[in-house]
Amino acid sequence: MKPGLATSWRRMKERYSLIGSHCDTCNLDFFPIRQICPLCRRKGKMSEKKFKGTGTVFSYTTVFSPPSGFELRAPYVLALIKLDDGPNILGMVEDSKPEEITVGSRVEKLYRKWVDEDEGGLIHYGFAFKLV
Amino acid sequence: MRRVAIVGVGMTKFGEHWNLGFRDLILEAGVTALNDAKMHGDQIDGLFGGTMASGSMIGQEHIGALLADYMGLTPIASTRVEAACASGGLAFRTGFMAVASGLHDHVIVGGVEKMTDIGADQVALSLGGAGDQEWEVFQGATFPALYALMARRHMIDFGTKEEHFASVAVKNHANAAKNKFAQFQKEITIQDVMDSRPVASPLKILDCSPVSDGAAVAVLVPLEEARKYNDTPIEVVASAQTSGAIALHNRRTFTSLYATKMAAEKAYKMAKVTAKDIDVCEVHDCFTSAEVMAIEDLGFFDKGKGGFASFDGETALNSKISINTSGGLKGCGHPVGATGVKQVAEIVWQLRGQAGNRQVTGAEIGMTHNVGGSGATCAVHIMKRAD
Repeated sequence: MKPGLATSWRRMKERYSLIGSHCDTCNLDFFPIRQICPLCRRKGKMSEKKFKGTGTVFSYTTVFSPPSGFELRAPYVLALIKLDDGPNILGMVEDSKPEEITVGSRVEKLYRKWVDEDEGGLIHYGFAFKLV
Repeated sequence: MRRVAIVGVGMTKFGEHWNLGFRDLILEAGVTALNDAKMHGDQIDGLFGGTMASGSMIGQEHIGALLADYMGLTPIASTRVEAACASGGLAFRTGFMAVASGLHDHVIVGGVEKMTDIGADQVALSLGGAGDQEWEVFQGATFPALYALMARRHMIDFGTKEEHFASVAVKNHANAAKNKFAQFQKEITIQDVMDSRPVASPLKILDCSPVSDGAAVAVLVPLEEARKYNDTPIEVVASAQTSGAIALHNRRTFTSLYATKMAAEKAYKMAKVTAKDIDVCEVHDCFTSAEVMAIEDLGFFDKGKGGFASFDGETALNSKISINTSGGLKGCGHPVGATGVKQVAEIVWQLRGQAGNRQVTGAEIGMTHNVGGSGATCAVHIMKRAD
């Protein structure tokens, strides 16, 4: 399934600017935006928080068998990243030599194409990361 | 709550069935299970069918009605249960609850998936629906990739090696070669796994469960009348289900499935047994690394020791604990919605002593462990021969 226009439009804040949620009660960060805190639920006060986009890789994989829509980009690296000022996040690591990506690598945010629809269709953009 | 027993099981061979469609598969498994229970369709008053992705794989929804129709069981209550790869396990649990509650007396629980009517890239896309579409799949994450991220972290934290993961595939293929229902009937070596093409590093194609067609069915009745249908009824002594964050990055741990740990804890408590009492267990090895995590999370081995234990043969047939005697998802095949019910069928055969040359000697207590997605749903069941 491709994202569709409305889905991408609804998620612009998160995808383009890395905006997530902060629970003022639990002092915890979340990405993407959540309406209620999964820990304290409605007792919490959630506010939006923009994350800087720098962090550290704590696991990674090189994808050789992509799903449809990603064929031209394979092999590509996906990483689990602990953001310096926020929660864990999944993202592609681009503009970097794959052999240099490892656990502990420092990364920063990029803005990249995620996936495009059929010829003449929408192109969906969002965050990715690169080695610092 | 009434006590519940399994009096019949049946399954199709798992694999590529170009000559059989969705409805043919479930019918074959259903008739086999009813024959096993010496029951007739008119004795059945409820049906719960587990299937994950019929909509995207064969374009068919409204599965509850379709199953009842083609099994000749209308107008009974027939319900589809969906929880990604745990659809079968949850269908079984729903059937268990229906009989335990007294609302239904004789229930058929089925699991079925028809995956080979579409291409491999479309299958990957369909299965992606078990993860987080907006924050995993749209960024190019596949299921092998999500499990690879956990496998990598397991290697770093505990010193697990790729050869350790590979040994799981070797053991499961060896068991599958003894199971006539298994998709793969061929033994493989660690070197075969290590030399197979990379899918999502560190996982290779022989670390992954295959794309399969297949169905499995179990018949549930109240324990008090079970002996009318079967000389060796198998009692369901625990049924537990848990949930977790749908996206991997929102979990608290990455080398363990919290949903599995919690489901196991609940199941052991309900059955009043411990991990040491389990003789045979079907675990959810969608990837070899998933079996390593599962045997730790279920309490059979200490955290971090699962890979070493597998490599040392401690999970082989009739060793310390027999894991995935059917061949598991890796060797027996993984028609997604059918897997949870197939696990039950294998445990029933083991506890009845009908598992042939893959029989676990003296198996008295068995367990099934079925996971949805990258660990966002877990169903654990414990079974034993009725007193």
